[in-house]
Amino acid sequence: MKAVFLRDLKLSLAGGGGAASGVIFFLAVVATIPFGIGPDLNLLSRIGPAILWIGALLSALLTLDRLFQADRDDGTLDILTTGSLPLPLVVLAKCLAHWCAASLPLVLAAPLLGLFLALSPTAIGAVAVTLLAGTPAITFIGAVGAAVAVALPRGGLLVSVLVLPMAIPVLIFGVSATYGAVNDPDPFLPPFLILCALTLFFSVLGPIAAAAALRASAD
Amino acid sequence: MTITVGAAGLYAARGGETVAGPFNFTLAGGEALVVIGANGAGKSTLLRTLAGLLPPGGGSVRIEGAIGPGGEPAERLAEVAHYVGHRNAMKPGLTVAANLSFWRRFLGGRSAGLKHTLPEDESAAIAAALEAVGLPGVASLPFGYLSAGQQRRASLARLLVAPRPVWLLDEPTGALDAASQERLAGIFGRHRDEGGIIIAATHQPLGLDNAGELVVERQRPPAEGFLTEAEVEAAEAWL
Repeated sequence: MKAVFLRDLKLSLAGGGGAASGVIFFLAVVATIPFGIGPDLNLLSRIGPAILWIGALLSALLTLDRLFQADRDDGTLDILTTGSLPLPLVVLAKCLAHWCAASLPLVLAAPLLGLFLALSPTAIGAVAVTLLAGTPAITFIGAVGAAVAVALPRGGLLVSVLVLPMAIPVLIFGVSATYGAVNDPDPFLPPFLILCALTLFFSVLGPIAAAAALRASAD
Repeated sequence: MTITVGAAGLYAARGGETVAGPFNFTLAGGEALVVIGANGAGKSTLLRTLAGLLPPGGGSVRIEGAIGPGGEPAERLAEVAHYVGHRNAMKPGLTVAANLSFWRRFLGGRSAGLKHTLPEDESAAIAAALEAVGLPGVASLPFGYLSAGQQRRASLARLLVAPRPVWLLDEPTGALDAASQERLAGIFGRHRDEGGIIIAATHQPLGLDNAGELVVERQRPPAEGFLTEAEVEAAEAWL
């Protein structure tokens, strides 16, 4: 499992594009918003956390469709499927490597991009923490979509469309936890704990479902 | 204890449709089976079924006497078998050594039931395996730099870095020149001497002495619009 994790991490960092393209897309989304909305700082700082979350969600989805595609194309997936390591654990290792290479940079970039949106320090901290807790869930959900679409030559858009509805709860609780940290009467902890629960839930369900989809598509 | 691989009434199926079969064979340690048949007859499907990549359309695959990487007797053939498909399963961006080292770790370095001739040390094992396939000195090159035949040979080195008793080979000698085929025949012979089993699908002679032959013929799809005798009988019985 460690071998799969290390190899995937090395591949996605060395292959180029993995981490960088996600962060650049995130930057593009977040940097365009103020131009569209105008120089209303109060409005920006009010909707800022939601924009950061939507941007991170879309950038995370952008890179997900390649999760199994390359391995399938060169036949690696056949051997990973038949190996002694159970397939769900292989998927889990690949998801973790993908999260480290593609989503962790988004979490790290979020505080900097928060400055673009006139967020208060509390809000920036809250966005970073909720993204840290919530993005693994997006990766695990996305793995299911990527596994379903693995046999399709251009499954990228399909993956995003398949995955987006299931990622909505993560978005809702991520944003509401962030607002809870900023606005006084709203609670922070309950939505944040639900967010963590979502991540834990999908970290179990995602690899199992993705493994089942990969097995079904082996032909 | 020698290893036995057997198939009983095995049907190869793809997409829920039976392609070929039934197959019945038993192989003991040191034996080889060459799967021959026309293009599209179902050779690859049979090998993928044996490797556990496709569910069989019927029948079963047996494996006896082999110890899996976990130290327990293997129950599925896939646990103790190498599957080499049409594709090389190597990453073009990584070096040959990194590719082989990953597979060695993933597939498990040791597997009981075989006499081992490879060094214990990882880099030495990789160097020895590359030497055996006739590619000394390419360990530090990215896999993508190699030619098609060299890539094939480098991926076959995977068979040697992670010892496993059963080799399922699908067209192993594609893109190889005559000298490499001869070298490969030597590797196959050594594997059988060590008590290993080889099941290979091929159009070319592999240099496997005394190998059994399994001819795969595609089943004719039932003609549409005609009832088979069994269906007629069933209908008559109902009347």
